[in-house]
Amino acid sequence: MNIKDAFINRKAFISFITCGDPTLETTEKLLPIMEENGVDLIELGIPFSDPTAEGPVIQEANIRALSGGVTTDKIFDMVRRVRPKVHVPLVFMTYANVVFSYGIERFAKTCSEIGINGIILPDVPFEEKHEFSDIFDNMGVEFISLVAPTSDDRTVMIAEQAKGFVYCVSSLGVTGTRADISDSISGIVEQVKRTSSVPAAVGFGISTPEQAAHIAQYADGIIIGSAIVKLIAKHGEQSETAVGEFCSGIRRALSAVSD
Amino acid sequence: MSKGRFGVHGGQYIPETLMNAVCELEDAYNKYKNDPQFNEELTVLLNEYAGRPSRLYYAEKMTKDLGGAKIYLKREDLNHTGAHKINNVLGQVLLAKKMGKTRIIAETGAGQHGVAAATAAALFGMECEIFMGKEDTVRQALNVYKMRLLGAKVNAVESGTATLKDAVNECMREWTTRISDTHYVLGSVMGPHPFPTIVRDFQAVISKEIKQQLMEKEGRLPDAVVACVGGGSNAIGAFYNFIEDKSVRLIGCEAAGRGIDTFETAATIATGKLGIFHGMKSYFCQDEYGQIAPVYSISAGLDYPGVGPEHANLHDIGRAEYVPVTDDEAVEAFEYLSRTEGIIPAIESAHAVAHVLKLAPTMDKDKIIVVNISGRGDKDCAAIARYRGENITE
Repeated sequence: MNIKDAFINRKAFISFITCGDPTLETTEKLLPIMEENGVDLIELGIPFSDPTAEGPVIQEANIRALSGGVTTDKIFDMVRRVRPKVHVPLVFMTYANVVFSYGIERFAKTCSEIGINGIILPDVPFEEKHEFSDIFDNMGVEFISLVAPTSDDRTVMIAEQAKGFVYCVSSLGVTGTRADISDSISGIVEQVKRTSSVPAAVGFGISTPEQAAHIAQYADGIIIGSAIVKLIAKHGEQSETAVGEFCSGIRRALSAVSD
Repeated sequence: MSKGRFGVHGGQYIPETLMNAVCELEDAYNKYKNDPQFNEELTVLLNEYAGRPSRLYYAEKMTKDLGGAKIYLKREDLNHTGAHKINNVLGQVLLAKKMGKTRIIAETGAGQHGVAAATAAALFGMECEIFMGKEDTVRQALNVYKMRLLGAKVNAVESGTATLKDAVNECMREWTTRISDTHYVLGSVMGPHPFPTIVRDFQAVISKEIKQQLMEKEGRLPDAVVACVGGGSNAIGAFYNFIEDKSVRLIGCEAAGRGIDTFETAATIATGKLGIFHGMKSYFCQDEYGQIAPVYSISAGLDYPGVGPEHANLHDIGRAEYVPVTDDEAVEAFEYLSRTEGIIPAIESAHAVAHVLKLAPTMDKDKIIVVNISGRGDKDCAAIARYRGENITE
């Protein structure tokens, strides 16, 4: 399955999870549960010591995972084990230094071998992307670009070269659930859809079925991270039921939009 | 196209949300850097408000005591707010004002940059928020009080190691939340382009003055310029106008903490490897998976896991040398300069003094060393007393 397949025939539900939070076994159990409950694409966060684009919820997940001894290699092993049981596209989300220190080539090659479809690096903007994207492209791993409410005249340039999907950041600031999400991103999403050959998904702040359904009226997909990570923070290694129910609730709301 | 490279180092590794902000900053800087009126305003501020030019003082007693090269101290500690940080802050805040910004945010380690930023905000009538590691707010309580007195809000950062690196993280997060009215006054020659260039240009006044002052006093260039390096702003300021003068040795002193063979160190060039963090490619203390290492130094201002990209390049091309200096050596130098010359240096600057104590005796008497006393040590007295087992209250 490719990234674009996640967007066929319905509004895509993209979920995020921090690998190894609180254990890698938990992550491994949750991936098939997410798929069964209507997730179309999963972002796998590789924890980083200093995640500058994240709010407190995902920062704390990173700390839990790293203090549990998670490493990039252990995450690769987990993906290798779980990949036969999970059919939706999987993309890694991490920070430039995690990939750079591993060796960009070696990292991209491993992604390709274990069935990772894409990579999101929030601290690698358009101007710096070639150092990474050229290598990932060669390995068939799509380098996903972000646009933000402040992108303005940069939006078209980014969208034209985008691969996989365009990650449209809904709001200023860092990741985290928000009670109100402004619709100011809708114009940017429209602009992305006009210029890009790939779908546009909106993330940052979405936590409820109502918000998901509202944004899905103009976006091709929605991304939910912190709301899921919060459930894992609460339920720990026994998060399957809570995460499953949450995901199916979002799926139902999105299906209503697709109809 | 990647911008702001020093060899392989530098660049702009930041979230898309901030890209237009740094592009706008670059455009504004390019517009004003050669603008006569801007430069005139800045010169007046530096001279009349900050007290420039700072003195180049011949340390005669120290020279005689060490019995080698002649030692000059560049007295950045005499600047208003007590450190070189004011040079950059006045430049950046003036620039922010021209850009129509009404609020500034800044990270601080020892508190010197935070105090300077709060000072400039008071002077320019701007709102100011400072982010400082919780650990550092304890180590440098006096500076926290000063910032509040100057009207700034001080946020104690509890994430990560609760030191300078985490203060930078939190500042970057804050900037992505509120951009349109806010300028991030980065305090060192680090972060994404154009910060390393802007901060260097505003600090280059140090080496410009050293060159003129030494020419007046000795009629020649120094043989070595020595400065401490955390992010590296006072060092690049002291080095910059000598980079083309190949006869001048440029020596940066990194904080080795308890030693470069221990984990309790902040000596980035000695122990770090190439990486990408805080908006730049440079050398960073990190583990084999690229996780940024918790670093340690007695000096809050040097307690940083990275180094500015221009220093990383000066190291790569062999133009500057970087040496580690331990806590013990720095504390001894702190005490030595106080008792020998009657000058209490910042514990950061004491790292540079410590290296001069080793270097000067190995050089002939007709050689000249300039050491940058980047800040004054009042802020450190209580901590150094504690280090020596004496519990004083401020």
